[in-house]
Amino acid sequence: MIPLFNGISIYFFWTDIMIWGLFFSLLAWSRVIGRSEQVKAQWHRVFESKVAMIAAIILVAYFAIALMDSVQIHLAHANTQPGSFLDVLLAHLISATERTYSAPFALHEFTKSTQLGLNGEMQQVYLPLKHVNANASIGMQTGEAIALGLLISAILIGLHGLYLAKRNQTSFPQMLSAIWLEQTKLPWRTAYVTLTSLVIVMSWLFKLSYSYHVLGTDQVGIDVLYDTLKSIRTGVLIGVLTTLVMLPIALTLGITAGLFKGWVDDVIQYLYTTLNSIPGVLLIAAAVLVMQVMINNHPDWMHSTAERADLRLLFLVGILGVTSWTGLCRLLRAETLKISQMEYVVAARAFGVSRAKVISRHILPNVMHIVLISVVLDFSSLVLAEAVLSYVGVGVDPTMNSWGNMINQARLEMAREPMVWWSLFSAFVFMFILVLAANLFSDRVQTVLNPRESVK
Amino acid sequence: MFAYIIRRLLYAIPILIGVNLITFALFFMVNTPDDMARAQLGAKQTSPELIQAWKVSHGYDKPLFFNAKASGFDKVTNTLFTQESLKLFMFDFGQSDAGRQISSDILQRMVPSLSIALPTFMIGLITNIALALLIVLFRGSVLDSVTMTIAVAIMSISGLFYIIAGQVLFSKLLHWVPISGYATGWEGSKFVILPVLIGVFAGLGSGVRWYRSLFLEEINKDYVRTARAKGLSEISVLFKHVLQNGLLPILTGVVVVIPTLFMGSLIMESFFGIPGLGSYTIDAINSQDFGIVKAMVFLGSVLYIFGLILTDISYTFFDPRVRLNG
Repeated sequence: MIPLFNGISIYFFWTDIMIWGLFFSLLAWSRVIGRSEQVKAQWHRVFESKVAMIAAIILVAYFAIALMDSVQIHLAHANTQPGSFLDVLLAHLISATERTYSAPFALHEFTKSTQLGLNGEMQQVYLPLKHVNANASIGMQTGEAIALGLLISAILIGLHGLYLAKRNQTSFPQMLSAIWLEQTKLPWRTAYVTLTSLVIVMSWLFKLSYSYHVLGTDQVGIDVLYDTLKSIRTGVLIGVLTTLVMLPIALTLGITAGLFKGWVDDVIQYLYTTLNSIPGVLLIAAAVLVMQVMINNHPDWMHSTAERADLRLLFLVGILGVTSWTGLCRLLRAETLKISQMEYVVAARAFGVSRAKVISRHILPNVMHIVLISVVLDFSSLVLAEAVLSYVGVGVDPTMNSWGNMINQARLEMAREPMVWWSLFSAFVFMFILVLAANLFSDRVQTVLNPRESVK
Repeated sequence: MFAYIIRRLLYAIPILIGVNLITFALFFMVNTPDDMARAQLGAKQTSPELIQAWKVSHGYDKPLFFNAKASGFDKVTNTLFTQESLKLFMFDFGQSDAGRQISSDILQRMVPSLSIALPTFMIGLITNIALALLIVLFRGSVLDSVTMTIAVAIMSISGLFYIIAGQVLFSKLLHWVPISGYATGWEGSKFVILPVLIGVFAGLGSGVRWYRSLFLEEINKDYVRTARAKGLSEISVLFKHVLQNGLLPILTGVVVVIPTLFMGSLIMESFFGIPGLGSYTIDAINSQDFGIVKAMVFLGSVLYIFGLILTDISYTFFDPRVRLNG
């Protein structure tokens, strides 16, 4: 617990610490690679594509929400549930819990309830929702939300425009007109349009969520918008933290095998062939089953349901990492083998450069593109895998908000007439946007970084 | 050739032992012989003597990896690990928690699994290759970029969505096929058609992209230019040269998958109520039946390794340059 002021203190779960650690190391890494002109030019080329720019902005938005959800806030005086910074922002949605299902923008519950009528007879009626303000005009609020969104994005764009003008040593109006006419090297106009639309959509959802359940409510009356937004953290964390576990294993083993050859290579090859031959889902399922039993046998490891869910997420990320390094390891081994036989590396060794120096100077920089491509590619498949694993019953804790859990719950209601579609819809749409953005971005990274493709 | 196959088969043994070691270590951490004895004997008879007696009669009283009491070779063989592994190698998977023979269960459930997995695989492969060839024919055009965008979109949608949307659309709204179930013979085709179609469609995005890039790589080679220069039409270049030479990399990706088709698909089978190995596994995971999960892990690994060997062998048939002698 880190006290801030006024009885407010913040604290972090294990996965929170990991994600922030990763965030800061990414920042540091970007500063380091910023020193190399060549790498900088490569990233510049990634963002020259409009699609990549749009995808990147969407990814940043998702990551920002995940990070906001990764700071736990404890209020000493208020009688509120402990929660994250995102929970504080969405406090009105947490308190607006209904009794059961309701459709998006509905004014009453989805199913009829039996009630005692005026004359004492039993009636089947739709009960009104408690936390919906039927007087609020959707049109008016939409107008306000758009105005608010435009204002916020105008401020953001203005600040960025000023920064660009200063860096390019032109005046602010000139800079803006250059951006509008798409005379800049990077597609800033596209970026600004994306940002504006994104901010407007977000402010619209936020504004209307005060008077309506914009995406409906689920079986126990929890607002689906809240559920989906909370699920972002789970998806992003699984996609990102697994990489954190997997990368060191794949890098060390892959490079060692490729560089030392001989029996070391044999052992490492045996290791990954063995792991690889076990079907992925089954290996994960087996490991998760073991973990479940272990957690159940040690109730003293955690103090609350939230901590328990967090611990389980941590284990899941670990398991996914330990089972998924084989593919990258094989690629790295082959590439290291190739590089270590190149003349300049052989020459360096002959001059007495140590192995460690060879790795850091020649091998690491030359395999970086493989690492990057596979990391970005894995992200989207991991987000999708989370949903499947939760469905199989070996995913995140059932109490944790995640798209997989949302789909799993909503699936049971498929037989209902008319269908309860909004939970499924929200989970699939939010997941689709994230995965699509990641896929498009990784495509671009691949075209730019892959030396074979960039020649063409 | 024959010697080569023998060598590969021998090479598979240490890998299978490794797989066994992993599963053994995983499961004995949580499901010790004491737990098994308690589960088998029932809650009432849990005196230490009874448990000990059960362990002795079932051979679970031996040390895990190393038997110090035994002499000579028995030090390693007279252990729980060796004994359990040998059982697995003989495909004797023991009993499930429900008291059924796992081996006969698996045999019974292979057919329903295959009836979904095999058509999905075959139709998927043909559609993917055909579409990829078509797109390569129109490479660089609007059609190319539009279909590639669609392919990325198809890839980005969760497989669960295709299943749920397919069930709602074709079973619930249109009533074309039953929502789930299984039957043998021709009766069963109405149950099989939807999962197969959904499986094919869900794999379309990544499949078409993969084969497209494969053919594009092939099409930039010199011999293709020569073929065009001597006046062959684009279509005959594609079918006579590019497709034939592309077969080899296709083979690598495809043959290794074929044996694992027996394992079935976890989600597909449980959504559509197919009594195959996939739903068997899912049920086992949900009821924490370690015996079945262990058996499936072993079976999956065996099939995968078999697929690897099969890939190597099939090379000799399709690529005369590859000679597999000793």
